[in-house]
Amino acid sequence: MKLEETRVCILRVGGTNCDIETREAFQKSGAKAEIVHFNQLVKQQSLLDFNVLVIPGGFSYGDYVRAGAIWAKMLIAKLGNDIKRFVEEERPILGICNGFQVLVEAGLLPLFDGISPFPEAALGTNIPTGYNCRWVYLKHINHGSCIFTHKIPQNLVVRIPVAHSEGRFMFGNGKEEKCLEKLLENDQLVFRYCNPSGKFASGEYPTNPNGAFFDIAGICDPSGKILGLMPHPERSFFNWQRPDWTGEGSLCVHSDGKLIFDSVVEYLGRRT
Amino acid sequence: MMPLNSAQPIQEVEIISANDIELQKISKGLSLGLNQKEMEAVKRYFSQRRRNPTVVELQTIGQTWSEHCFHKTFKGSVITKKGKIQNLFKTYIAKATDELNLPWCISVFEDNAGIISFHEKFGIAAKVETHNHPSAIEPFGGAATGVGGVIRDILGVWADPIACTDVLGFGPLNYDHNKLPRGIKHPKYLFRGIVDGIGCYGNNMGIPTVNGAIYFDDSYVGNVTVYCGCVGLIPMDKFARNARPGDTILLAGGKTGRDGIHGVTFASAELTEKSEQIARPAVQIANPIEEEKLRRGILKIRDNELASGITDLGGGGLSSAVGEMAYRFKCGAHIQLHRIPLKHDDLAPWEIYISESQERMLLLVPNSSLADVLKIFGEEEVEATPIGKLTDDKILRINYADFEAAHLDIDFLFSPPRTERVARWNQPKSVEPIFPEPSDLNPYVLKLLSSPNIASKEKVVRTYDHEVKGSTVIKPLHGDFGGPNDAAIIKPLQDQWKGVVISCGFNPSYGRVDPYWMAASAIDEAIRNNSAVGGRRIALLDNFVWGSPEKPDRMGSLLRACEACYKFAKEFETPFISGKDSLYNESPLGPVTPSLLITAIGIIPDIRKSVSIDLKMFDNLIYVVGQSFAELGGSEYARLKKHEDGFVPKVRVPQAKYAMEGIVNAIDNDLVRACHDLSEGGLAIAAAEMAISSNLGLELRLNNIACAESVRRKDYLLFSESNSRFLVEVPMGKAPEFSRIMKKVPHSIIGKVTKDPHFCIYGLRNEIVIDLKVDELRRAWKSGLEQQYET
Repeated sequence: MKLEETRVCILRVGGTNCDIETREAFQKSGAKAEIVHFNQLVKQQSLLDFNVLVIPGGFSYGDYVRAGAIWAKMLIAKLGNDIKRFVEEERPILGICNGFQVLVEAGLLPLFDGISPFPEAALGTNIPTGYNCRWVYLKHINHGSCIFTHKIPQNLVVRIPVAHSEGRFMFGNGKEEKCLEKLLENDQLVFRYCNPSGKFASGEYPTNPNGAFFDIAGICDPSGKILGLMPHPERSFFNWQRPDWTGEGSLCVHSDGKLIFDSVVEYLGRRT
Repeated sequence: MMPLNSAQPIQEVEIISANDIELQKISKGLSLGLNQKEMEAVKRYFSQRRRNPTVVELQTIGQTWSEHCFHKTFKGSVITKKGKIQNLFKTYIAKATDELNLPWCISVFEDNAGIISFHEKFGIAAKVETHNHPSAIEPFGGAATGVGGVIRDILGVWADPIACTDVLGFGPLNYDHNKLPRGIKHPKYLFRGIVDGIGCYGNNMGIPTVNGAIYFDDSYVGNVTVYCGCVGLIPMDKFARNARPGDTILLAGGKTGRDGIHGVTFASAELTEKSEQIARPAVQIANPIEEEKLRRGILKIRDNELASGITDLGGGGLSSAVGEMAYRFKCGAHIQLHRIPLKHDDLAPWEIYISESQERMLLLVPNSSLADVLKIFGEEEVEATPIGKLTDDKILRINYADFEAAHLDIDFLFSPPRTERVARWNQPKSVEPIFPEPSDLNPYVLKLLSSPNIASKEKVVRTYDHEVKGSTVIKPLHGDFGGPNDAAIIKPLQDQWKGVVISCGFNPSYGRVDPYWMAASAIDEAIRNNSAVGGRRIALLDNFVWGSPEKPDRMGSLLRACEACYKFAKEFETPFISGKDSLYNESPLGPVTPSLLITAIGIIPDIRKSVSIDLKMFDNLIYVVGQSFAELGGSEYARLKKHEDGFVPKVRVPQAKYAMEGIVNAIDNDLVRACHDLSEGGLAIAAAEMAISSNLGLELRLNNIACAESVRRKDYLLFSESNSRFLVEVPMGKAPEFSRIMKKVPHSIIGKVTKDPHFCIYGLRNEIVIDLKVDELRRAWKSGLEQQYET
């Protein structure tokens, strides 16, 4: 299979609202990406026709209960078998913001022992509470397992914006240490909130914008094929999207988020 | 209110035999909001037809003729000392646009939103609305549905919403609870609810909220002010407006319920102690996801050219939407009321027809494409119901099952009796405040920076998603320090560098002194904010928030503001393309301060040239462009000094125009590294904000300010709010070229950017006047709003 033949599925439901710019990011990185309504996938198409699944940002079904919970249940109830095969075949899955919430709620992350029937982690309400839209600094700390970030050098600090009110990554009470050990052991940590020079936030606001445990902004599964992150890389694709690009001159054309899309596209190309 | 009688759902009202007192009783009893003259016209119409009206008919007339739907004050006549003015709107607002007659104005004052050309086949649609009364009663729902409503206005011209704006006016957040009259909610409660409501709608729909302002004034305690704006992008070749008799009238979106009954009547009355009880059902309930799905469906229908017309359901609900569509296409309409999907099945026919339930749109669809349209809505999980058809007889017929609920001439419905208002204006005697110049001005800089109207609004702006869609080029918060950029720039087309520039101007405190110069200043401020980032070819939107038009002094000040709108829109060559008025902003605490919001929509040919507020490089020069006068009236400094009077800033065209054009010209020639307009707090605050937004400092000299010889006081030079001025950072080597471009405007080099983050200003005898660390400035500016909030 050639790169031109690989298909990226950008899934949406009512309330998804970052699908257009996410598609643009994939397209500009050289992949063939389509926006597909969830109902269409259930009724007419097959998830297995696609090589990459992307769950973009938004407020799926209004998120009137815990963010991502409704869509996660729908995903498992209606496409459970396809999702299982997708994961088994190690086809890449990317969840951005609401997509990360969906993946966690669906038991697809952190995926310690296969797809979990219940969420093994949570994205709780921000501390301090409320919606927060801001650019943050992230340190890439993955050692090489994650196929979405292999083009990002380890320990590089990247700038990507967050915009959410439920992004506080956490594990169950008392399970934190054990789960963290597993994440470290499996090389599942990908991004942590830090300051411009790369010092981890240690929970301090606003460097860590939501109070996430261990400053975690994004994690992958043990195989490195599923990535979930709260920041929006599709909003940090071009240099003119950066918050102070007017002072940076036009030395670079692109911004840091592009590296994520480039990484997965290159991975797809390599596999072919 | 009458309950639904299922055996006889259509009630008639005895009007033919009613005397004057009974007519008023009917108007009041049914909450029609019609005055004596209007009720008489209704009586005349039905007497000629020898029958009594149904409740549905009376409610339809009441809604259509309301101030909110018909703008009868602006369309009526005004009696002044100098004679009678017919139609304020045509005499002032539209006149400037007509006389300018600019080729890039595609559709003005015609549809739900104004449309101007943007790039090749793309147009930009813009609309700003107010939602004051609902927000005063139920802040979260009122503000959220305000945003939802203005987004539907944009969808109502087939445009895809690309950005939202909002300007809010509150009473002081630390207002004494004991001074609040009964029925008025505390500013802090309103503030929290309204900010949440705005964020909830824009964020959930995925439309970035990119521009706005928050203003605090005592007169907003009883009259909270909420302006919501939306800008959209539209491929003009898909703009369908060709409905014909026989086309199906399709209602799409949410179900119809009892939320939002008599919203427009409520909006066209003063707030009282009883408003809460009476008007709670007038406030709608928001469901942004419903509107998001509706948006997807509508855009798909547009792109496939399946419909022949569209409008939103806002004030007046179906009654207003159906009537306006029939009127626009010179048709009649036949509606089957019982087909409308309901939230509760006991709604009376008249309630169904005037309900303002949210997230509903009306489409006109030729029969050949009805099936395709229904399929598209089905795929988006949006309920869509054919509720009637356009007819060729200019009659509005409404059926409820087998009953005839209405039979009205469309022409009658759209020719209410002309409203007549009386205007009286007494020019206030302005006295320049007299107080000695303070010996130490440092504390004043810090106090001004932390004063509520100037302090950073970051805490609020961060709760609005201003990055979604990934197209926000110049953001409301700049860089890590959250600098307050003058305008927002959106890059709406993926493969084009062209951008839309969105800014606003709002000076209510000048309105208290003189509404004429308040309006002129708002226009100047909106244009200069736009110019400061590189925007040009500017179109304006006007939104009046005023007291009761039935009181001659409020009418007098409204007339003053309208005169300024005509004069300055014309002279700046910036046409009005859309507008809205919200009158009757009166509470037990008195009328609202005359408040005119001007929104400016400009373009920038290449967003890579955009300029931001933050200082870029030490040793670069700082220019002041534009002339400074002793104009402290209504200024923030005067407020601090407890003076409300004085000379408010004037606008002097053509100099003002040269200043705006010069800045844009300099930006196009790559001469400008940073730019900020001078507004609240004057030169000192504008300079401080530039430093706060960066890691650098400033060293400025007051004796170098251009053409300010007549102003000999340092505090005047620092804090006067004269219009049409900019601070500009220019690299040393570009100074000669910059001066050449600016030759028509007073301008001078007043200092330079320093590496050391220090803020230093020298006085007229070269003595140090201001000496502060940029960190101190930043702390004061960032903590101002919180200080208010926590006390």
